[in-house]
Amino acid sequence: MYFRIIKSKAISVLLTFIALLSTIPFLLVLYFILKNGISVINWEFLTTLPKPVGEPGGGILNALVGTIILILIALFLSVPLGIMVGIYLSEHPEGKIAFFSRLVSEILQGVPSIVIGIIAYLWVVKPMGHFSALSGGVALGIMMLPLVIKSTEEILKLIPNEIKEASLALGVPYYRTILRVIIPAGLSGILTGILAGVARIAGETAPLLFTAFGNPFLNFNILKPISAMPLLIFTYAVSPYEDWWSKAWGASCILVIFVLSLNVITRLLSKR
Amino acid sequence: MIDIVLRTENLTASYDEHVVVKNVSLSIVRNSITAIMGPSGCGKTTLIRCFNRMHELSPKARVEGKVYLIENSYKREEIDIYSIDPMLVRRKIGMVFQRPNPFPTMTIYENVIAGYILNGIKLKKSEADEIVEETLKKVSLWDEVKDRLNKKGTFLSGGQQQRLCIARALAMKPDIILLDEPTSALDPVATMRIEELIEQLKDTVTIVIVTHNVGQAGRISDYVAFMYLGELIEYGPTDIVFTRPSHEKTEEFLAGKIG
Repeated sequence: MYFRIIKSKAISVLLTFIALLSTIPFLLVLYFILKNGISVINWEFLTTLPKPVGEPGGGILNALVGTIILILIALFLSVPLGIMVGIYLSEHPEGKIAFFSRLVSEILQGVPSIVIGIIAYLWVVKPMGHFSALSGGVALGIMMLPLVIKSTEEILKLIPNEIKEASLALGVPYYRTILRVIIPAGLSGILTGILAGVARIAGETAPLLFTAFGNPFLNFNILKPISAMPLLIFTYAVSPYEDWWSKAWGASCILVIFVLSLNVITRLLSKR
Repeated sequence: MIDIVLRTENLTASYDEHVVVKNVSLSIVRNSITAIMGPSGCGKTTLIRCFNRMHELSPKARVEGKVYLIENSYKREEIDIYSIDPMLVRRKIGMVFQRPNPFPTMTIYENVIAGYILNGIKLKKSEADEIVEETLKKVSLWDEVKDRLNKKGTFLSGGQQQRLCIARALAMKPDIILLDEPTSALDPVATMRIEELIEQLKDTVTIVIVTHNVGQAGRISDYVAFMYLGELIEYGPTDIVFTRPSHEKTEEFLAGKIG
C-alpha cells in the first residue's frame, strides 16, 4: 500500500545521490590541483621570471603578465563590438540582418578554438611575419565576441520597453536613450557577460599556440611574442624536468583559482 | 472664445494595414481635463500617441492628417507637430504611461529632472533643487520622499512611482500632459490620490487622460471623448455627454451595454 511512497522516496534519494556524484569530478580536480600546486606558490613564484633549467627557484611572472595583456587586448577588441552588436540585436530582434548576425555569432561560438587560432595566424601573424601578443589577443577576442553579444542581447531584452518609451517621451533622442538609459539599466548584466567571457578565454591554450607563441622573458610589447598561463602550463607539463612539472601545477592552481573566482563573482552579480 | 491648445484634422493612424484611428478631428481646450474613453482596442491610446509622435515609433506605423499645437490661440500661432523635430514635440507634450516606469538606475531626485539630465541640459544645483522640490510638491510627493531623495525611484510604492512619473513629465514644463490609463495598475486608494492630483494640476497644464473606466472619466474630466472602433463617436463637455448623450453608442457604453 505504501509502495507508491517508497518508490518516490527511492527515486528522490537516487536523484540526490546522482546530483552529488556529478560534483565529484570537479572536486577531484580542485583537490589535486590544490594539493600539488598550493605548495609551489609563494611570492617569488609570482614575481620572478623563470630561471634556466637546473637552477632552483624562479617563477612565472612572464606568463602572468602575458595572460593579463592578452585578456586586455581581447577585451579591447570584443567588448565595444560585442556590445554594439548586442544592442542592435535587442533593438531589431526581427529582420534578416539580425537573423543572419545571430546565426553567425552562434556558429562562431561553436568553432573549435584551434581553428580560431589558425584564423588569427592567417590574419595577423602571416602579414606581420612573426608571432605576437596582438595575434593571440585577436584570437581570444574572436572567441569572446559571441559571448559578449549573447549576454548583451539577452540582458537588454529583459529591460522593459516602458523604460525606453519613458525616455523617448521626454524628448530624449534615440542615441541618448540607448547610451544613457538602456545601457546603464543593463550594465550589471553586460559586465557579468564580460566576466564570464574572460573566464572562458583565460584558460584557452589552442588559439595561442601559433599566435602568442610563448616567451620566457618579460614582455610588454604587444607586437612581440608573449607568454600566457595556459601556454606555460602546456610547455612545462610536457617537459622532462621535475621542477617544471611542479611549476605547471602551481600555474594551474593560480589559473583555476582565477577562473573560479571570476565565475563566483559572475554568479553573485547576476543574482543581484 | 474657447482657448484651444491642440487640434487634430482628419487624423488617421494605422499599424501595417490595420487602421486603428479613423479620421478623428477634435480640439483640446487649454487648462482643462479631457478624458478619452472607450472599450479596449478602440484606438484611444493610439490617438494620444499621435499627439506626441510616439505612435510612429512602432514598426510599420503610419499617421495621416494634421495635428496642431497652439502656443497662443489669440495670435493664432499654430505649430504643425509633424513638421518639426519629434524631440521638440515630446518636450512640449509630456506623457505618463499605464505602468509606472521610473528609470531604475536613477534616484528619486534624478528621476524628477531626468528630462534635463538625459537631454544634456545643464542645470545649476540650486535650479535643479528648486525644480525637484517644486515639482514634487505639485504632485504631493514631497513630504513623503524629501528625506530619501537619493534612494532609487523603484523603491517607492506603485502609486508613489506613478506620481513620480507625473512629476518627471511636469518638470519639463510641458503645455500638455498625456496620461495613458495612469491608474490601471494601481489600487483604489492610490487611484483616488492620482485623480485628486490630476484635478489640481489643470491650472498649470492641459491634461488629456485615456481611461476605460467610465466612472473615472465622469469624476475628473471637463470634456470627454468617446471612441468606438477607431472612430470618434461623441465629444463634448462631460456633464452634457454623461447626462444627454447624442449618440446611441455613447448611451450604450455609459450604461455598460458595450465595452
